[in-house]
Amino acid sequence: MTSKRNGRTAALFIAPSFIPLLAFFVLPMIAAAVLSFTSWDLLSPPHWIGFANFKQLIHDKEFLHSLINTLVFIAGYLPIVYFLGLSAALALNRKFKGSGAMRAMYFLPVITSWVIVALLWKWILNPSGGLVNSALHVIGIQGPGWWTSKSWSMVSVIIPSAWKDLGYVMLLLLAGLQAIPPEYQEAAAIDGASKRQVLFKITLPLLTPATFFVVVISLINNFQVFDQIWVMTAGGPEGSTNVVVGEIVRNSFDYGHMGYASALSMVLFLIIMIVTGVQIRLQKRWVNYE
Amino acid sequence: MSKSANTRKSPKPKYFTIFFGFVMLFPFFWMISSSLKNGVEAFATPPTLFPKHPTLENYRHVFQALDWPRLFLNSISVTVVCVALQLFTSALAGYAFARLNFRFKNIIFMIYLATMMIPMQVIIVPLFIEMRQLNLIDSLVGLGLPSIVTAFGVFLMRQAMFAIPRELEEAAVLDGASHIRMFFSIALPLCTPTLAALAILSFMSVWNAYLWPLIVIFSPEKMTLPLALSNLHGENLTDWPMVMAGTTIAVIPIALIYLILQKQIAQSFLTAGLKG
Repeated sequence: MTSKRNGRTAALFIAPSFIPLLAFFVLPMIAAAVLSFTSWDLLSPPHWIGFANFKQLIHDKEFLHSLINTLVFIAGYLPIVYFLGLSAALALNRKFKGSGAMRAMYFLPVITSWVIVALLWKWILNPSGGLVNSALHVIGIQGPGWWTSKSWSMVSVIIPSAWKDLGYVMLLLLAGLQAIPPEYQEAAAIDGASKRQVLFKITLPLLTPATFFVVVISLINNFQVFDQIWVMTAGGPEGSTNVVVGEIVRNSFDYGHMGYASALSMVLFLIIMIVTGVQIRLQKRWVNYE
Repeated sequence: MSKSANTRKSPKPKYFTIFFGFVMLFPFFWMISSSLKNGVEAFATPPTLFPKHPTLENYRHVFQALDWPRLFLNSISVTVVCVALQLFTSALAGYAFARLNFRFKNIIFMIYLATMMIPMQVIIVPLFIEMRQLNLIDSLVGLGLPSIVTAFGVFLMRQAMFAIPRELEEAAVLDGASHIRMFFSIALPLCTPTLAALAILSFMSVWNAYLWPLIVIFSPEKMTLPLALSNLHGENLTDWPMVMAGTTIAVIPIALIYLILQKQIAQSFLTAGLKG
């Protein structure tokens, strides 16, 4: 076959995805990088200001606050979702009557949209008349203000996030558990290891590839957290749940600071690149592929 | 099927597992229960598990508040078109990368791989400006355009196309089949499991999308379900039983699809997970 003919066919096959890819991913990415060095309010043409946006963001209290909030969100969310997901995976890693149905129960929130999850939990955590506070009232406890309170708002957005993603984490860890050859656990049991020892000395160490993957994917996804927070609190009250993407949206679409918002986007992109880079570098060292 | 060490020991589920499963489902139950309560009972202390005087009043209200046929039509049309285009463009490119030799193949593939790492959140500003230039703001076309291709889909289809046996291809070449014919009559049918997995993942991401619709759509008649639902609750006073009626209506079709396609959906999420 001549390479020319193949080339034409290839162009025919590639173009339908490559042209949109250039138009809606590559071009915007380049534009974001360029715009981050400009000042632009959409009304007058953008003008070049060099590194001014980046110098500004280092001292931008609201941006730093949103970055810290994002980290706090992840620090609260990740241990909960991992611990509960692991517990569910260990409990469901065997066949029993209805185990499929049980897995489905854990997985239903995963396929529900963030908007629905957020509305549902906003109602459950409603300070007056919401399920949680009404139930607390019955046993004589005055419930907190949840998403209306500066000190409880972060908890209020972490709970639904963990609830929604738990099933996905469970699924990934179940796949990891099933990849462990049962001989190891059986041999340890024959040698007189307790269930606890088998879990901590055999199962969990051999589960590190799946664990590592869960941690990386959670970091990448949740540095971009937005939907559920925007619906529940819109970043409030008093910025207590304002996250990086919320700050990008506010700067661009509320204040019209397109250049500055692009600079914030580049910082977010850099963070995600670093997480991905760390993943690629550490994968070999940390992970126990037998 | 691998059997783990405790497979044989405990055939019965632990009660805790069952209990926790119901805890996971409880918010959905509470959503439905609240949607059937009147305004007084919904906010009552102590809360009632089942509505004492079930009413469809909230559903009547939410049908007045939102144009449901239009919302479903918008969501379905954007999702169907985007998923179909994603499958088609991904399969075509996947075939080329797996089965054809051409110049700059590796460089072009590297561009696909690189775009896999670009999150929507990072390019949202220029994407909005681009749609504004194209005069596609506040239109379903502008809403759908960024979702007609997926680099991840191309990657996935390439893997699947690699698995097609050489002999099948050689036999087809001997029969004088062109690549276009081979694509449609051999490659596509053999890749249906991967296409199905990709279809499920694409469906989820387009159907549930919130950030991009929030930015690009303003008119109520152009909204998709998630966006319209998020607008149901007001700044101060929210009619929660009505909102719960709305979310119930939106959850039911998805839950039904899930019940039918449970296994395939779980499998496709695993496929997405194991891409790295």
